[in-house]
Amino acid sequence: MSEPGGAPAAYEVKLPVFEGPLDLLLHLIREHRIDIYDIPISLITRQYLDYLALMKDLNLSVAGEFLVMAATLLQIKSRMLLPREERPETPDDGEDPREELVQRLVEYQQYKEAATRLEERETHWRDVFRRAQELPPTEPEEVQLGEISLFDLLTALRDVLERVPDESIMELTVEALTVRDRMTQIVERLDRLDDPAELRFDQLFDTDRRRIAVIVTFLALLELVKIHVLGLRQAEAGGAIILVRLAPAGAASGSSGDGALLDG
Amino acid sequence: MDDVELRPIVEALLFVATEPLSLDRLRDLLDGVERSRLSAAIDDLREAYRRGNHGLAIVEVGGGYEMVTVGEAAPWIRKMAATKSAPRLSKPALETLAIVAYKQPLTRPEIEAIRGVDVAGVVKTLMDRRLVKIVGRKDVAGRPMMFGTTKEFLQAFGLKDLSDLPTLRDFAEIARASDPLAEPPDAAVASGEPDDVVVEVTDVIVDDPAALPEPRS
Repeated sequence: MSEPGGAPAAYEVKLPVFEGPLDLLLHLIREHRIDIYDIPISLITRQYLDYLALMKDLNLSVAGEFLVMAATLLQIKSRMLLPREERPETPDDGEDPREELVQRLVEYQQYKEAATRLEERETHWRDVFRRAQELPPTEPEEVQLGEISLFDLLTALRDVLERVPDESIMELTVEALTVRDRMTQIVERLDRLDDPAELRFDQLFDTDRRRIAVIVTFLALLELVKIHVLGLRQAEAGGAIILVRLAPAGAASGSSGDGALLDG
Repeated sequence: MDDVELRPIVEALLFVATEPLSLDRLRDLLDGVERSRLSAAIDDLREAYRRGNHGLAIVEVGGGYEMVTVGEAAPWIRKMAATKSAPRLSKPALETLAIVAYKQPLTRPEIEAIRGVDVAGVVKTLMDRRLVKIVGRKDVAGRPMMFGTTKEFLQAFGLKDLSDLPTLRDFAEIARASDPLAEPPDAAVASGEPDDVVVEVTDVIVDDPAALPEPRS
């Protein structure tokens, strides 16, 4: 399936490329016209290992999955050699050591075949054009930072202050509670949160409900918003105000596994 | 509104719409005109376009009807738009997409168990092309993400909905039908082969992208 005009790269080694160990096994089974439900495991193991050796000779990197399958094949082979009653971990139901592998191959073959039929459909439908699709909004409608007025914030603060326990006893605070320290604490708290790094405004005051603490926390919040460490948003007008940790400029969110998968 | 008035309005809506219009949506737009009348109007239009040697066609995909261009016009449309067609999906991508389509919702390790290889990169490609999306999290330790197909997937492959997917063939059938073109996909569906998987997945279409958790950015 060469694209017209798309000249192939100057040097291209044509080798059957297998999508993985199951693909290779299916190829060997087809090539040797083997009954998949009665695989001669010695033959197929030898063929499989030969192929891995060839890949190594050609300096192709052999993915770990191929090696895991080699181990599986050798294990099945050894279990086949044992008399039935001595096979380990096998309940005496006459289970064939090859059974699990056969099931995997059969299932994989089904999806491999389904993939070719999807490909046929795509071949037809890729020539079909529709009106350009507007990108669906990626986030629910949100009132952005700029649209939260100071009035909204002060209203939220008032609500918090109303819940401050009545301080009939005079408070002698020895500790020096600074706005700067509280700023650090807020950022650290948000950074400890799993994705999304968000906190409801009133949750900010959960830990320390003293009036002075509430005020200092509020000032720290204003400062953090001002220097763009935090953003504020409201899902709806008059709704709860949400604190959002804004990524520091230039910081890469590179990570491995699922995180990397979802970047972008 | 009688049928003579209805037909051009439906046609105009299909022309302007940027995504498939379902009968329900049309009924809402047209103040409750019965589905049967809408359906008849669309059938009329489809037939008229088919008969009349037109460059447009009305197709049923992605849970509704949409107006699309005919395949014969594709080279000229590409020339006009100065675009090449999107690169074809690779074999690994198609295999992964097939597994997601038939078995959704499922997690990445579940896909890998079937394919026998790591699929992280392929899943990312499929998500970038908006064919696959996160549809939720599995309620097990670690709450792994579960993947499913999108409406764009249905459109790209000309499927009405997930039950419109070709029935999975069993191994013996695949061995017999070495030529995949020997049997048109629709015939396989019509023959009504028993297949649990296809029936299962019809329940899990999530049509509203906004209802889903956003990927981390």
